[in-house]
Amino acid sequence: MSDVFKVGTYEFASRLIVGSGKYKDFETTKLATEASDAEMITVAVRRVNITDMGKENLLDYIDPKKYTILPNTAGCFNAEDAVRTLRLAREAGGWDLVKLEVLGDTETLYPNVVETIKAAETLVAEDFQVMVYTNDDPIVARRLEEVGCVAVMPLGNPIGSGRGLANPFNIRVIKQRANVPIVVDAGIGTASDAAKALELGADAVLINTAIAEAKDECMMARAMRDAVRAGRGAYLAGRMPKRAFASASSPTDGYIWD
Amino acid sequence: MQIQLNGENTQVTATNLTDLVAELGLEQRMIAIERNMEVVPKSEYTATVLEKDDRIELVHMIGGG
Repeated sequence: MSDVFKVGTYEFASRLIVGSGKYKDFETTKLATEASDAEMITVAVRRVNITDMGKENLLDYIDPKKYTILPNTAGCFNAEDAVRTLRLAREAGGWDLVKLEVLGDTETLYPNVVETIKAAETLVAEDFQVMVYTNDDPIVARRLEEVGCVAVMPLGNPIGSGRGLANPFNIRVIKQRANVPIVVDAGIGTASDAAKALELGADAVLINTAIAEAKDECMMARAMRDAVRAGRGAYLAGRMPKRAFASASSPTDGYIWD
Repeated sequence: MQIQLNGENTQVTATNLTDLVAELGLEQRMIAIERNMEVVPKSEYTATVLEKDDRIELVHMIGGG
């Protein structure tokens, strides 16, 4: 049975989206990304350092022909900067599928949803396919869908915190009310967090720090790959109901003492 | 000529964006350029003549989540 992850006009076999930040070197980025089986990878847009350009670039290791590059707006604190950033990204690589994040605060990195909605409206009007990072707020998630975003990406917990899903109930509510894919973005710390997100019905997860900061990045990338598959499988299979009391697994008749 | 390149006042000899990219040795890089807040398509680099104090932003892709 094919289980395709559709986002806007794009289709993926993998439900794991990875980030490319925080790795110790480009070689590890490449190897861990390969190990994850991810097909989509986020990148940041930054000024070229004119005085010290370095010999190598991320895209020498992450081939844009092989991966769907998802430029982000990390570090943007208002709609204008986010829109400028993604216009530049589209010009650089022709990418129209983008990750919009407009932050509100440097300590929590929680999204500024007012500016996020404003930026999303402009980007959608300019024919970007917007995957949008937001709070785990069902009302805001629905608003972003109405604005025309192709995926809504609620946080599990703050970016880089690795604390798992703070509010699993909200992730489920957001998914139940959504007509676009829901991606849990931020907060995943280990494989069980990723599996849990998919079990709740999230269509995918976006993971960076949990892989990049693992002692063995490639092994964690494989663990995340497997967890996402397991969580998705469990979601599609339909889990058993939770009961207050025991329910014997073996027949309750035919005992030798009867 | 002096331009403001990525936030720094910089002296360049280039007079258009094609020459600027070459002067910086960035021909092989996947980059994008914004001139005075407007993105310039690659097809217009040669036709885009630099003027004194132009604000040029020159970006590329790096690791990020």
